[in-house]
Amino acid sequence: MTDTRPTLDRADTRVRHDEGIAGAVRAFIDRVRSGDLGMLPVAVGLLLISAVFTVLNPVFLAPNNLVNLLFDAAAVGLIALGVVCVLLLGEIDLSIGSMSGLSSAITGVLWVQSGLPLPLAIVGAVLAGALVGLLYGFLRNRFEMPSFVATLAGLLALLGLQLYILGPTGSINLPFTSPLVRFGQLLIMPAWLSYILAVLPGAFLLYSGAQTIRRRAEANLSSAGMSVVIAKAALLTIALLVAVYYLELGRGVPWMFGVFVLFVMVLNYALTRTQWGRSMFAVGGNAEAARRSGINVQRIRLSAFVLCSSFAALGGVFAAARLASASQQAGTGDVNLNAIAAAVIGGTSLFGGRGSAWSALLGVLVIMAISNGLTLLNLSSSLRYMITGAVLAIAVIVDSLARRSRASHGRA
Amino acid sequence: MNGTGESLTKGDLILSLRGVSKQFGAVTALADIELDIHAGEVVALVGDNGAGKSTLVKVLAGVHQPTSGTIQYMGREVNFDTPGKALEMGIATVFQDLALCENLDVVANLFLGHEVNPWRLDEVQMEVRAWTLLQELAARIPSVREPIASLSGGQRQTVAIARSLLLDPKIIMLDEPTAALGVAQTAEVLNLIERVRDRGHGVILISHNMEDVRAVADRIVVLRLGRNNGVFTAESSHQDLVAAITGATENSVSRRAARKLEEAER
Ligand SMILES: Nc1ncnc2c1ncn2[C@@H]1O[C@H](COP(=O)(O)OP(=O)(O)O)[C@@H](O)[C@H]1O
Ligand SMILES: [Mg+2]
Repeated sequence: MTDTRPTLDRADTRVRHDEGIAGAVRAFIDRVRSGDLGMLPVAVGLLLISAVFTVLNPVFLAPNNLVNLLFDAAAVGLIALGVVCVLLLGEIDLSIGSMSGLSSAITGVLWVQSGLPLPLAIVGAVLAGALVGLLYGFLRNRFEMPSFVATLAGLLALLGLQLYILGPTGSINLPFTSPLVRFGQLLIMPAWLSYILAVLPGAFLLYSGAQTIRRRAEANLSSAGMSVVIAKAALLTIALLVAVYYLELGRGVPWMFGVFVLFVMVLNYALTRTQWGRSMFAVGGNAEAARRSGINVQRIRLSAFVLCSSFAALGGVFAAARLASASQQAGTGDVNLNAIAAAVIGGTSLFGGRGSAWSALLGVLVIMAISNGLTLLNLSSSLRYMITGAVLAIAVIVDSLARRSRASHGRA
Repeated sequence: MNGTGESLTKGDLILSLRGVSKQFGAVTALADIELDIHAGEVVALVGDNGAGKSTLVKVLAGVHQPTSGTIQYMGREVNFDTPGKALEMGIATVFQDLALCENLDVVANLFLGHEVNPWRLDEVQMEVRAWTLLQELAARIPSVREPIASLSGGQRQTVAIARSLLLDPKIIMLDEPTAALGVAQTAEVLNLIERVRDRGHGVILISHNMEDVRAVADRIVVLRLGRNNGVFTAESSHQDLVAAITGATENSVSRRAARKLEEAER
């Protein structure tokens, strides 16, 4: 590599080009300084919260407590994943809680009361979610009804429907021996599988990183260098292996959580590596510009609302599995705001155009850590609500400040 | 990509507008506009502020729907009901109010809506193509992986122009493309307009800079208060052109010229 010809993207001498690991670190610090915080606040927050709760009650960090935390996180996490989709467009869905409750009711009625096969019941519930999302998208596109209003109406209407189909008894118990409830309460990945899955992401990162570097070199473009890729892959693999090892000291990694993470990865791919994802960010950043580029803005909106409600419905099924029941209480209380808070705390902007599927994962871990830690301290839910509210407020403040800083640093 | 696969020879009629009007509520932005665009021709669209130039461009780009009138494109009557449709049929536009997404980087903006490999974005290929396009325009863009928000007005303009070239359109419409550009880039844009014309494409150029207009335009179409107000050529006299733009032989420009003349004589 003694080629002195500058690569295609390095012709401008005014730009500092960051190479190697030191360069990557420097670029990261620059980004953070300019307000492009990404996942940093939530990662720091999660560490802080865990440290505080561990000091207050060491049980918090016990392997089996963390396993329970992951069991609890999956349902709300799935709902938050849908919220990420609508937030990216600068829209909101306030009815996700009701939708998840309705979906658990539909699952219970179709499966337990009507005797339909379980997979069909779940498909029915998710389809109901998709339909509701279609309706929101239609109202937004056709009547320019703010999603805030449409979904607020939906919050009430869906709750009503949930109570209606549950009937006077108001609660359906799901059989404890059924695969669904076992999935929600017991099923753990075998240790060997967990370890393999912990190594795979790093291996994939190495492979795709090497591929990219090779292709960029062939195209006469520069790259940060293989050392950065190796460092990232090593860090990720070590972190995942330690996490799995620790969880294996307890019961292990819940299947339920694994399925949730799988959805996160799929959505992350769709958002970052497909035309649809690009269009989502474009519509969230500047809808008129997106329209003039030939993007069908209405279809993108529709897709976001449908995804959001469908994820909420699937989250409802997970919640029913976790509780072994479909009741009138399902989806009420703090489910709604927890899911929205998780997405925002994870770093998805309320203002549209910025965010990531990973924010649902990180955000829900923060929310669940708070809830779990306070429960361990025997504090009532009143305090839990107040603290979660405060954390959400802090997240929104960080979001707003970062936005202002980005504006003054010219980073949108 | 150009929907219609026919090849063009110089002088073929590409686009023809008859009686096109556009109302915004009580405001008549365009009234009975007639306009023909031929292959290998640069048509300059001039007029005072508010004359309706941008509105006309937006009608042709599918951003606004005309209130009445017909548009014929490649010999067929068409309806540009969405911007996507106009793009697909080979009409590319650089809007005056640049239509870029500030949160996305240069490459993403260039390829927005037309990404390479929709299910597995080919970032490398897109980046190479981006650099090639930008170099053609002698663009000074430090990095194509920075969000648009970090670019200057002129750099954004260059990105918008580069984007219009991406799909190899039949007609390019440029709404005041050089307003924010430096000396070198303005010259490059004018060169580019000539290159595009020589390739047999039609160009519609909107500009307030009469020097630029005369340098490249084959015809100069004047709009005034939303109506056609004469067609000129680069050889037409400055007075005639100004008179058509302002709507009077006695106008602020002529008065100023007369005053200068008087001062000089004194
Ligand atoms: N979206 C709109 N809504 C209402 N009025 C508009 C709109 N766009 C343009 N107009 C009006 O149409 C007229 C022509 O505007 P425009 O085409 O932008 O002029 P210009 O020749 O300076 O580009 C102006 O009077 C303007 O106020
Ligand atoms: Mg204008």
